[in-house]
Amino acid sequence: MEAKTLLEIKNLKKYFEISQGMFKEKINVRAVDDISFSVREGETFALVGESGCGKSTTGRTILRLTDPTDGQIVFKGKNIEKLPYNQMRALRNRMQMVFQDPYASLNPKKTIRQILMEPLRVHNKFPREERLEKINNMLKIVGLSEEHLDRYPHEFSGGQRQRIGIARAVILQPDFIIADEPVSALDVSVQSQVINLMLDLQEEFGLTYLFISHDLSVIEHMTDRVAVMYLGKIVEVADTEELFANPRHPYTQALISAVPISHPDEEKERIILTGDVPSPANPPSGCSFHTRCPFAMDICRKVEPVSKEFSNGHKANCHLYTDSENKEEKEYAINHS
Amino acid sequence: MSSSLPQNEQALENRVKPKRKSAIATFFSNLSRSWTGLIGFIIIMTLIVISLIGQWITPFDPYFAEFSKKLLPPMTEGHLLGTDQLGRDIFSRIILGARVSVIIGLATALIAGLIGTIIGIIAGFFRGWIDIILMRIVDVTLSFPFILLVLVINAIIGAGLRNIIISLAVGGWVIFARVIRSEVLALREKEFITACIATGVSRFEILIKHIVPNLFTPIIILASLQIGTYIIAEASISFLGFGVAPPTPAWGNMLNEGKDYIFSSWWLITFPGLAIVITALGVNLFGDWLRDTLDPELKGE
Repeated sequence: MEAKTLLEIKNLKKYFEISQGMFKEKINVRAVDDISFSVREGETFALVGESGCGKSTTGRTILRLTDPTDGQIVFKGKNIEKLPYNQMRALRNRMQMVFQDPYASLNPKKTIRQILMEPLRVHNKFPREERLEKINNMLKIVGLSEEHLDRYPHEFSGGQRQRIGIARAVILQPDFIIADEPVSALDVSVQSQVINLMLDLQEEFGLTYLFISHDLSVIEHMTDRVAVMYLGKIVEVADTEELFANPRHPYTQALISAVPISHPDEEKERIILTGDVPSPANPPSGCSFHTRCPFAMDICRKVEPVSKEFSNGHKANCHLYTDSENKEEKEYAINHS
Repeated sequence: MSSSLPQNEQALENRVKPKRKSAIATFFSNLSRSWTGLIGFIIIMTLIVISLIGQWITPFDPYFAEFSKKLLPPMTEGHLLGTDQLGRDIFSRIILGARVSVIIGLATALIAGLIGTIIGIIAGFFRGWIDIILMRIVDVTLSFPFILLVLVINAIIGAGLRNIIISLAVGGWVIFARVIRSEVLALREKEFITACIATGVSRFEILIKHIVPNLFTPIIILASLQIGTYIIAEASISFLGFGVAPPTPAWGNMLNEGKDYIFSSWWLITFPGLAIVITALGVNLFGDWLRDTLDPELKGE
């Protein structure tokens, strides 16, 4: 049952330097701060978190669209974190990306034919004569037709454009696709269309997805495993069902309680977090969530929690579950919450 | 599937054709909606036609000096705009002078635009030390007043049509470099460029196939606005006695020659001056319209 690991991220860090002025010290914004996870072949792995938590940066760093500050990215057993641009280029037909904003990710001056031909030409995929046929097939799969070949992106709706973006990623028949909030810029009515298309494509081509989103209902619908990110760190990883049924980390619990209920009679307790997300330029000491955590204890302010495994790959980084001397305090915190 | 292909192509043809007007038709339907743009366009077209066929439509020989007929006021003896201090027909000289203005405006915009665009692309795309060096050169050049710089260069390399184009281009490329650099900087952060990197397109191809085509609009807009500046600059330089050598009629040196008679014979400098004003106005009106049409984001800037 255990599938092969396709992508492994080890201690990945991405800091952005912000210059404060000529004679002042530079500030590091810790967009991604020491995260590790692995994606298995054929699964859909989700990164979830509120905006600004570093999930998009993680995706872009994995594809080397920005260079990582530190850490390892192992794709199909090969370290790619330091590959130069041109070597990385050769690998890109195995890993592709679907972007968040379909209005910005297609060159307005290129026709659909040019947009879809480019990846094939760059990677010299398929014989020249067959390429147009492949493009037509791909257009059909994403619900467009060859009539659209010579049109420009501005002649399409948002959902159509996003399907073109997906076609561009899938046409190279990659193993791995990073989808960076692929539906958040679309109308709700179109979202399900695009999501179902992505699921169909996964079945047809055996794709592995890294699905980046802040929308928990989408994630519950289409992913196999979830990593919850907060302030550049992963706070909890679990199978999707397990995570939604049994969230361990207080942040995950708060997130899940915020999903709108589907029926008015359904009873649900809403955990409301107070305060704002701290700045990643100046993260809090200890556990980065302690400033907003309803269960925060003394130890949370001082010591960063380590990962604790519960069952079958369900891990959370929280002092509530680590063994330490102040057990009574924890129980008190849980009972009186 | 292959059997249905011709039919589909037919369908494609039928569906697309009525929807997409030809570029020229779109151009004119846009132009007809703006009277300022239309005026500018008419002035420019008239100017170009005059400069092309000018030597055949002048009523008098613009070089022929007849001292007995000097300083005739307008509308006398068939001289529509009068004659100058040597008895040459002013109307004919203005017509022939249009050629100098058009050549200088277009040639300078072409040369300055080409140099400036290439340097702007290099600076904006490669960043780093080359960007810093090029932009400091631009800063230094921009710190001199444009006319002064052109005059100094012109004084060094000498008068003449070719040299005035060279000196205007040396002074003028910096604006192109600045604008194009900032356009390139903005473009490289666009998501469709990131998408190209993710696709695996080489850096060179990204530059040539994705960034450069998106630069055409700003280049055309900037060039059309700069042409007016160059025409005025040429007139200023010719007025100051540099620039185009005297027997050749140019509006600037007509002003220069006529300035001594400003109180006795106003028509010597009024009509070449009007020609310059109308030309500059036309070019700027057209340039403004072009900017508003091609780049709606810039409207009002």
